[in-house]
Amino acid sequence: MLRYAFRRVLSALPIAFIAVTVCFFILRLAPGGPFDTGRPLPPNVLANVRAYYNLDQPLFTQYLLYIGGVLRGNLGPSMAFYDFNVSQLLAIGLPFTLTLGFSAFVIATFVGVLAGMVSAVYQNKWPDYVLVLAVMIGLVVPNFLMGALLQLWFGVYLRWLPAGGWVTGSITHLVLPVTVLAWPHAARISRLMRGSMIEVLGTNYVRTAKSKGLGSRLVLARHAIKPAMIPVVSYLGPGLSYLLTGSIVVEQIFGLPGIGRYFISAALNRDYGLVLGTTLFYMLLILVLNLIVDLVYAWLDPKVRYS
Amino acid sequence: MQLKHVAKGGLLAGLMALAMTGSAFAVTLHMHNGGEPASLDPHKVSGTWENRIVGDYLEGLTTEAANGDAIAGAAESWDISEDGLVYTFHLRQDAVWSDGTPVTAHDFVTAFQRLMNPETAASYAYLQYTIKNAEAINSGEIEDLNELGAVALDDYTLEVTLENPAPFLLQALTHYTAYPVPSHLLEEHGDAWADTANIVANGPYVPVEWLPGSHLRSVKNDSYHDADNVQIEEVIYYSLDDLSAALNRYRAGEFDILTDFPADQITLLDSQHPGEAHVAPFLGLHYYVFNLNNPDLADVNVRKALSMAINREIIGPDIFGTGELAAYSWVPPGTANYIDGAFTYDWAETPYGERVAEAQALMAEAGFGPDNPLSVEIRYNTSDNHQRLAVAIAAMWEQLGVQTELFNSEVVVHYDALQANDFHSIGRAGWVMDYNDPINMLELLRTGIDYNYGRYDNDEYNALIAASATETDIDARAAILAEAEALAMEDYAALPLAFYVSRNVVSPRISGFEDNASDIHRTRWLTKSED
Repeated sequence: MLRYAFRRVLSALPIAFIAVTVCFFILRLAPGGPFDTGRPLPPNVLANVRAYYNLDQPLFTQYLLYIGGVLRGNLGPSMAFYDFNVSQLLAIGLPFTLTLGFSAFVIATFVGVLAGMVSAVYQNKWPDYVLVLAVMIGLVVPNFLMGALLQLWFGVYLRWLPAGGWVTGSITHLVLPVTVLAWPHAARISRLMRGSMIEVLGTNYVRTAKSKGLGSRLVLARHAIKPAMIPVVSYLGPGLSYLLTGSIVVEQIFGLPGIGRYFISAALNRDYGLVLGTTLFYMLLILVLNLIVDLVYAWLDPKVRYS
Repeated sequence: MQLKHVAKGGLLAGLMALAMTGSAFAVTLHMHNGGEPASLDPHKVSGTWENRIVGDYLEGLTTEAANGDAIAGAAESWDISEDGLVYTFHLRQDAVWSDGTPVTAHDFVTAFQRLMNPETAASYAYLQYTIKNAEAINSGEIEDLNELGAVALDDYTLEVTLENPAPFLLQALTHYTAYPVPSHLLEEHGDAWADTANIVANGPYVPVEWLPGSHLRSVKNDSYHDADNVQIEEVIYYSLDDLSAALNRYRAGEFDILTDFPADQITLLDSQHPGEAHVAPFLGLHYYVFNLNNPDLADVNVRKALSMAINREIIGPDIFGTGELAAYSWVPPGTANYIDGAFTYDWAETPYGERVAEAQALMAEAGFGPDNPLSVEIRYNTSDNHQRLAVAIAAMWEQLGVQTELFNSEVVVHYDALQANDFHSIGRAGWVMDYNDPINMLELLRTGIDYNYGRYDNDEYNALIAASATETDIDARAAILAEAEALAMEDYAALPLAFYVSRNVVSPRISGFEDNASDIHRTRWLTKSED
């Protein structure tokens, strides 16, 4: 398995290289540059600024300079946030994005699996209907609306929770953003779990276990959960990367200092360095997460083997 | 496992201690500041949100009063030469940076030289091009920085020599491009002098903590010359682009001041928070430019008809929703060094129906009619407001038989095309004045500059603008500029639509907030009462 993991990591490197190259040139194809704004700069000033960021060099030279920098671990300067370089910005934002993403991931997985099991066991009875309603709300209400509504109810009207912001060490500031982020994922996980659980409960080995006199709780715990989890696990990898990259809106609404918002703002600002840095970072994250999911598969399903 | 718990506990305790330092101050102003600052270095910033922070920690020779007027700042007094070309500033002898080092004329000279040095690549350097040799140095024509017209006569006397008389100089010197930099730190740290770890202030506040994406925190500078009159002890400037979220947080009591709010929320604010929304005229103009290289628009009657057929009175209240003022002139009301109400279209008061009839006649005269309709394209940068406006104007023009197509692109692409004159017929633009003087608006129609998107080219106009630059008498200069404005407007060089308004929301706990046309409200003038 170690050899398999190593091979996967190695094969990720050319993918990363190709992706960065494609991104680099696509970005430059987009019209406008980092210094074209509503207030155009006088030509000589623009020339000074462009020289400062090597933008006056031929495109291919710029590309070589960038790749050279990346290989030395230097993601270059940000063209919109002058006091920081790209690596610094990612390093500052990362703990917040990770805290937010992982909290939402753990809660969504736990709640989703539990809700799915309850729905399956009480299939077409009232607990199932209540949960289906909650799931539907999570799936159909977009997160920017959900965020604003929760902000209004719990921050403005009830004043139970802060409406936004981040105070280090404060759990209350995490409650609303994590809820908004986790809800749709918990909903999807519970749908997957419900479906596969219902299927597993109808299989021969579960019937055999029941018929040899095992209590229904034991049957669930010992024989049903593990196989029913397989579709959920295959969703968790992309799900986690989605949670980590998908916190953009939540970070915007609640004013959290994560890196998600760089994805949008940097692209709109044509902040080449920051777009590439963020893309590279997320890409590596997704590659690693997919690898972990593949490894967990093997543990869950004896039929999966690596060659 | 146990070790993990210990580490976790320690981390948590540390984080909580960190969190508590934030609340150690008695009077804290929570200001919603909008965008993320690009930098704290006055030579690298360009946004109003950066100005709020930088202008609270650095003070220029002159500074803004609560009403936005230029008053004495780091300079106590000044003398102006007869010809208006030489300003001699006398600095405060007791002024020190927050680390105790005296603030001297050399700090200003260093700052001006650094601003103009091409290597600094300061994007707003051109705002101080009135200083002698500034433009030549900035464009690399002169390499010796000491040729710049800003010289320290001694530690506390600074002589500024200008290219042309500039009655707006004292106002322009309140701008962050004219702030001093601590030369002792610049020598020690280079560009990193403005990192929060190294930074010092000569203004009322010192930045101490910056968490990108969340906030920047400044605390009162006790060595500031007017510190005795500064009541607020700590300011937190929050970066939050989402205006609806910001309004929610204001309503939750988490912010004291919002520096903008969603336009469609004005009725909610007025009903639930009466008197807290401040909507005030602001030095900026929404306008459309005619692409004068388009042969269909070459006839002044066509341009006049298009301009007359727009009902500007509904733009502020109904289309934008925040009371932008209808614009029948180019220079915004409240502009300093000017004649208020210098120009207004004579048809501004004519009932709208009659105006449309007259416009129809003009179009017919120009040879456009039902058989030969004029086709135009309105190009605008993607935004709900600009789209609503373009749709409304297309409907107004339909009365003239004009066929209008709409084309939008994101802001970077949009201005790139406008600057290159690469648009079909009509381009949407907005201009917020860099400093409070009519020349800043009128420059936009001068031949040869990129902001003249429609390529208006009138020798008489250019001559008037040039003549204003050498006129030392402020009233005579205003008259020349007013003549230029009237000329361009009667030529229908461009199509003014509405003047900007500033949108602030100020909690009743805050006093000292005065609405002004520059929309600059330094924290030193504000006080906050505990409720």
